[in-house]
Amino acid sequence: MRELKLMKGNEAIAEAAIRCGVDGYFGYPITPQSEIMETLMAEKPWETTGMVVLQAESEVASINMLYGGAGCGKRVMTSSSSPGVSLMQEGITYLAGAELPCVVVNVVRGGPGLGTIQPAQSDYFQSVKGGGHGDYKLIVLAPNSVQEMADFVELAFDLAFKYKNPALILSDGVIGQMMEKVELKEYTPRWTNEEIEKISPWATTGKGAHRGRNVITSLELEASEQEKVNHRLQAKYKEIEKNEVRCEKFMCDDADYLLVAYGSSARICQKSVELARENGIKVGLLRPITLFPYPVNEINALADQVKGILSVEMSAGQMVEDVRLAVNGKVKVEHFGRYGGAIPSPGEVVEALKQKIIGG
Amino acid sequence: MAEVLNDIIKPENQIYGKSEVLTDNVLHYCPGCSHGVVHKLIAEVIEEMGIQEQTIGVAPVGCSVLAYNYLEIDWQEAAHGRAPALATAIKRLRPDRFVFSYQGDGDLAAIGTAETIHACNRGENIVMVFINNGIYGMTGGQMAPTTLEGMKAATCPYGRDVSRDGHPIKITELLAQLPGTGYVTRQAVHTPAAVRKTKKALRKAFENQKLNKGTQLIEVVSTCSSGWKLTPVQANKWMEENMFAFYPLGDLKDE
Amino acid sequence: MKEEIIIAGFGGQGVLSMGKILAYSGVMQDMEVTWMPSYGPEMRGGTANVTVILSDQRISSPVLHEFDTAIILNQQSLDKFEKEVKPGGTLIYDSNGITRHPERTDINIYRVDAAEETARMQSAKTFNMIVLGAYLKVRPVVKMENVLKGLKKSLPERHHHLIPLNEKAILRGSEIIREVSLVE
Repeated sequence: MRELKLMKGNEAIAEAAIRCGVDGYFGYPITPQSEIMETLMAEKPWETTGMVVLQAESEVASINMLYGGAGCGKRVMTSSSSPGVSLMQEGITYLAGAELPCVVVNVVRGGPGLGTIQPAQSDYFQSVKGGGHGDYKLIVLAPNSVQEMADFVELAFDLAFKYKNPALILSDGVIGQMMEKVELKEYTPRWTNEEIEKISPWATTGKGAHRGRNVITSLELEASEQEKVNHRLQAKYKEIEKNEVRCEKFMCDDADYLLVAYGSSARICQKSVELARENGIKVGLLRPITLFPYPVNEINALADQVKGILSVEMSAGQMVEDVRLAVNGKVKVEHFGRYGGAIPSPGEVVEALKQKIIGG
Repeated sequence: MAEVLNDIIKPENQIYGKSEVLTDNVLHYCPGCSHGVVHKLIAEVIEEMGIQEQTIGVAPVGCSVLAYNYLEIDWQEAAHGRAPALATAIKRLRPDRFVFSYQGDGDLAAIGTAETIHACNRGENIVMVFINNGIYGMTGGQMAPTTLEGMKAATCPYGRDVSRDGHPIKITELLAQLPGTGYVTRQAVHTPAAVRKTKKALRKAFENQKLNKGTQLIEVVSTCSSGWKLTPVQANKWMEENMFAFYPLGDLKDE
Repeated sequence: MKEEIIIAGFGGQGVLSMGKILAYSGVMQDMEVTWMPSYGPEMRGGTANVTVILSDQRISSPVLHEFDTAIILNQQSLDKFEKEVKPGGTLIYDSNGITRHPERTDINIYRVDAAEETARMQSAKTFNMIVLGAYLKVRPVVKMENVLKGLKKSLPERHHHLIPLNEKAILRGSEIIREVSLVE
C-alpha cells in the first residue's frame, strides 16, 4: 500500500533523506528551512538507519563536514537558506574541485543581505553560474511540489555519485513551507562500508593493503596539471549537459506564446496559462527541472513555434539570461518578476505577458 | 669501501630506520623546520600502533598543506581552518577509524577558530596536532594570531603592536577549559629529549582516541627559520628564550 | 470541485492547525490539497494566515490573491482579505474584536461568534474547531467522516482523547453560524 502523507516540503526532504539511505546530515538553523533539521532530530534516524544528524556551529562548518563525509564515500547532505548558502560557497567550490558527491538544499529567501525570510528565486546566478571561485558547475534541481522535494533527494544523490559532483536542490520558501500530499518511498538501507569501497574506490576509508593511499584534495600547484584538472571538469560538465537535462512542458503543443519558469514560479505560471487560455490567448509553459544542465535545446526548438517568450522568476531577472542564450535572438524574450520576498499572482503574469510580449 | 659498508649494513646493526608510514617524497620544508620532525613522529606512532590502514589524516592550509605527500595513509586536504569540521564528519561517519587533523597557528587559531573551538567543545573523538611557530610561513612570514608581542613579521615589520593587533592568543589554554577536550599538552621538538616527549604525547593522544576520550590536542611550539630570518640554531635558541616564556611546555590537562 | 480558502487571524488562534485539519480531510476524501502558511516572526502573536486549496484536479499555484472563501478571525485580516474574496464568494468572520464589519454586497457573509462560544463552553482550545464547523456548514466541501479522519491524522497520538471534544465543537459551530449577507 502506498503511504500518503500530508507534509511540508521541508519535512518531505528530511523524510526522504532517511528513507533513501543518507548517511549524514550537517546543518545550521535558518528560516525558512529549519524544519528539515528539526524533523530529522525528532525522527532520531541514528536509532533506525544509523544516519548521523549534527547541528554544526555554522554553515561554514556544516559544508566542510560534508567535505569530510563525502571524502569517505558517504552520502551526506546539508540544507540552508540564502544567507547561509552564501557562507557555504567556499566549501562548495572545494567540494566541486575535489569532485566530491554530496547534496545541498537551498530553500531560497529574498536578499540581498539579511533580506527577508519570504520566498524568492534570486539565488539562480549563485546556483548555476558558480557561486564560489573557479570554473565549476553544480548539478541543480528545481522542485516545484512537495512530492518533488521528496523525490529529488534521491535523484540528487544518484546524479552526484554518477558524476562525482555536488548537487544542489534549489527550492524556495513556498515549496519548503507548503504542505501537500506526498507519497514516500520504501526504506533503502544505507551503503555498508564494504559497498562504499566498491562504489567509491577513491574514498578515504583507510588505506587498505590492496591499494595505494587515497588523497582528497583540490590543490594542484603546477599550472599545467591544474589546467588538466579543469579540462577534466569541463568534459564532465559537457557530459552532464548531454545526458541530464530535465524539463516539463505544459500546453505547449499549440502555444503562440511561451512562459518559462521553474519551482514555485512554475506553479504560479501554470495557473497563468489557464487564465490566459480562458481569455483566448494560447500560452504554454516550459518548466526547467534541471537548471544546470539547462534545457537549451528544448527552449530553442519552441522559439521556432512561438511569437514571444516571457521568463517569470521571483528575482530581478536572472534565469532570463539563459532563456535569451537558448533562444539566440529568434524571438523576443522578456523578464517578469516580483522579488525581495514578493510573489507574483497568476493574473499579474498574464498582464505582464500582454504588455511585454503580446502588445510589445 | 663497499665491502666494508656491506659489512656494516645488516639488520642486526641497524639502530634507526625510516618509518614505513613515511613516503619517499622529498620534504618541501625549509632547513630547520619542525614540520618534518612532527611528521616523522606521527608516522612512527601510526606504525607502532599498527593503525596505518585505519588512519585518516586531515591536512590544513599553510606550510603543511602538502602533508598528505609525506605520510602513507589516506588523507583529505581541507579548506583553510576547516580541518576540524572535516575531521568531525569523518570520525562520526567512520567511528572505527583513527582521525587526526594537522594544523598551523593561522589555520587553527585564526581563520578556523570557530571550527576548532566547537569541535573541541563537542568533544569530537579526534587528535588535533597544532604546530605553533608564531608566523605564517607559507604566505611569506606574515603575522599569526600567536605572534609574540614586539615580534617582527611581514605584516608587522616594526613588531606586533598589541594596541593595534591584539595580544597573541593562548588558544591551547583556552581549549583546555572546554569539557570536551581530554588530553591537552604543549610540547616542542628542538632537542632529542623534547622529540621523545612529543612522540610520547602523540602516542597517548592516539591511544586516547581508541578509548573515546574526547578531543586530544597536541600543540608543538615550533621554529620557522625562514619566517623568523634566523639560522636553524639561532631559531631554536630564540624559541627557547622567547616562545617558551609565553607558551610554557607541559601538560595542560589529562582527563 | 475546487475550493480556494484563506484562513486568517492571530497567531495562537489555531489558524494553521485548522487549515491543516481541513487539508487532511481533503486528503482523506482523495482530493488534491495544498496548505500554504504565512511564516516567520509575524506568527509569534502577530497575524497568521494559511491558504488551503482543495480540488479534484492537480493544483497549480499554491499562492493566491483571490479566494472562494475567507475565514477571518481579526480586524487586520478582515481589512486585508475582505477585498480578495471573489464576487459571489463567501466570507465567514468572528465578530469578537471587530470594530468595522464587512461591507461588501457582492459576497455571502456569515458570522460565527466562536470566541464567545468557547467562553461559554469553557474550552478555549476548541475555538478553531467551532470555526471549522461553521465553515463546513455553509461550504460542505468535505464529508464529516473525512473531517474526523483528518483530525485523527493531524493530531498527535497523545491528543487523540480530545477528538470527541473537537467533534462536539465542530457540531456546535455548524449550529451557531448565521448569515448576515448584505446582498441586495
